[in-house]
Amino acid sequence: MIVHSLLQYGLFIVIVVALVKPVGTYLQRVFEGQHTWLDPVVGPLERALYRAAGVQPSHEMSAREYALSLVCFTFLNAVLLYAILRLQNVLPAGPDQRFLTTPMRPDLALNTAISFSTATSWQAYAGETTLKYAAQVLGLVTQNIVAGASGLAVGIAFIRGFARRESATIGNFWVDLTRAVLRVLLPIALAGSLLLVWQGVPMNFSPYVHAVTLERHTQTIAQGPVAALVFVENLGTNGGGFFGVNGAHPYQNPNGFTNLLEMLAIVVIPAALTHTFGRMVRQRRAGWVLFAVMLSLFVVGLLICDLAERGGNPALRSMGVSGGNMEGKEVRFGIGGSVLTAVVTSNGATGAYNSMHDSYTPIGVLVPLSNMALGEIVFGGLGTGLFSLVIIALVGLFLAGLMVGRIPEYLGKKIGPGEIKLAMIFTLAFPLVILLLTALAVRAPAGLEGLTTNSGAHGFTEILFAFTSAAANNGQSMAGLKSNAPFYNVTTAWAMIVGRFFLMIPALALAGRFAAQRRRPPSAGTVPADGLTFAALTIGAAILIGALCFLPFLTLGPILEYLSLR
Amino acid sequence: MNPLLSRLRTATVLAASFFVLAGGVFPLVLWALSQIAFPRQANGSLIHADQVILGSRLIGQAFTDQRYFQPRPSAAGSGYDAAASGASNFGPANPRLLDDVQRLAAAYRAVNGLAEGAAVPIDAVTRSGSGLDPHISVGNAQLQIARVARARGLDTTVVRALVRIHTKGPALGVLGDRGVNVLLLNIALDSIR
Repeated sequence: MIVHSLLQYGLFIVIVVALVKPVGTYLQRVFEGQHTWLDPVVGPLERALYRAAGVQPSHEMSAREYALSLVCFTFLNAVLLYAILRLQNVLPAGPDQRFLTTPMRPDLALNTAISFSTATSWQAYAGETTLKYAAQVLGLVTQNIVAGASGLAVGIAFIRGFARRESATIGNFWVDLTRAVLRVLLPIALAGSLLLVWQGVPMNFSPYVHAVTLERHTQTIAQGPVAALVFVENLGTNGGGFFGVNGAHPYQNPNGFTNLLEMLAIVVIPAALTHTFGRMVRQRRAGWVLFAVMLSLFVVGLLICDLAERGGNPALRSMGVSGGNMEGKEVRFGIGGSVLTAVVTSNGATGAYNSMHDSYTPIGVLVPLSNMALGEIVFGGLGTGLFSLVIIALVGLFLAGLMVGRIPEYLGKKIGPGEIKLAMIFTLAFPLVILLLTALAVRAPAGLEGLTTNSGAHGFTEILFAFTSAAANNGQSMAGLKSNAPFYNVTTAWAMIVGRFFLMIPALALAGRFAAQRRRPPSAGTVPADGLTFAALTIGAAILIGALCFLPFLTLGPILEYLSLR
Repeated sequence: MNPLLSRLRTATVLAASFFVLAGGVFPLVLWALSQIAFPRQANGSLIHADQVILGSRLIGQAFTDQRYFQPRPSAAGSGYDAAASGASNFGPANPRLLDDVQRLAAAYRAVNGLAEGAAVPIDAVTRSGSGLDPHISVGNAQLQIARVARARGLDTTVVRALVRIHTKGPALGVLGDRGVNVLLLNIALDSIR
């Protein structure tokens, strides 16, 4: 059985590796304004949009202007989504009102609006009992695409910081955004979504179906425009599902093949961005080294999680129950398909799990939790993963520079005091918001009220997981935590805002500073960006920072639970 | 124009345009293509019989009668509620999980005539992620064959053959796991007269 899992992981990795170069090249062509095959279709539409919106495509933005445009655009989208959610009852189509048992209160609508417009898709509700079809499509499908596209734009702007020299600008946000939507996400989404429908994912606006089962009971089966949401939730590394149980629902993920497609939708573009990076900075090997760092951390996570889940729950084994841990997992995915998705979604800033992480073994859940806590540097969110990894690498180079007494540099760009301060804001804002809010939640009665299913070390893990997921803009949850309450709706919303803008704005500021520098020739003290030393420094820095920030909290959660289960 | 106002205007026009394209045009085009090319799947893979809908081939349903193969325990609503998917979300040391598994394993052994302490396949005593899992493991199905055959007065070889026919996966040989679709298997059993 382990061999079977390994074959599945191997196939996934081979496909990703094969796609890095072609997709990365396509992205580079798109964002450097070169000719691509979609030009005849998309070109006229693009020009019309620019005219209507008053965008001057040749206008170049400073990092400050780029960031302001991003914030402005995200804010408008959050307002739009909030309005749609609050007004969903007057919108046409959708399930009968009696099935919508969760009220869309202001705190839930606020949380959801911030969640989807920041590409987090933390969901404090279950789709089939809360949302009308119109809200799912007009509200959530839109955000899955535009929030993902904003992330991709920022990723590209970040790359320009290293690609340019003595430049005051890093591109035009509106142009990058439009290209990301029209030339990358929408075409792939249409093709991918159709494949999912072919495999059984519904795409209709019909009322819920009433079936008469073989034993003569009624079974109400939720319907809806599921396929419109499912592929783009993964492609935009958003992850908010159509149904409450997300990718575990047979309508969202009918078989092993759809699971593979959905996982590829998450990983391929973020992985390919390493190659786009290599091409744009004209040092392709530097891109491949970043990819190799991602891949090695990915494989380690897969193997640990697989062994833990396959090992199963010792308490059940003593009752004469045979097999790995299947509580919260689907038979059609088995351990292998579930673990692959847990590791991909937790690395990929996408909440679209297909098994319930709350029921994982302690070490099994430690893996997705750590993937998020490391800052989603393995593939990561669309556009955000690349800069997260590069910034960790900068910290690693800085630490190495301190040890040998030289000013560190990366790709000919000096990492001076200004740069390292920005990298520190980036690195510290994230753990700070998670740890403070977790500490608040375990002290506040309103926080402890969320522990309706589990308690003790496991309950602590649920709370830590929630804030880590929100701040990492991931959105997956240990769903036993009852989070649809004002306390969690407001606190997780704050974590999502910090996780989005306190990382993106420093990243853009860094890009601006690097773009302004000239490119220095390598010196004797340079750590080459395409070597093993660089890779080791990056992995070392990631683990060091992650461990320093999170180890005490992980000890109180999954590690304590692991020891108590022995 | 004031740069702030002009930025706001650009943001508004682009947000509105993408709202129309991504939230309107994209789903409608996908809907039209799906309904033309894959109408059965797009409408939920429903199973029709004599003017009623028996269910969906993708969605599990509850069975308690001994003449039917039994699905996994479910935490969706009161069990296989396909308008309220859900899991137990019990952690591995949760006493409620341990009590439930103990009880479910005892019941499974009793119903299927297994010795006390005999190994029970884990999928038979744990709840799936969706609460709507249409499949059971092959091992689970095999342990139920004798009981179903006896309850129906059928030869076990017939039931065994049906189980084999309804065993599917993994996709492309490696993606996911093998499983037996309980609803389709039970429909096939009912069609034997």
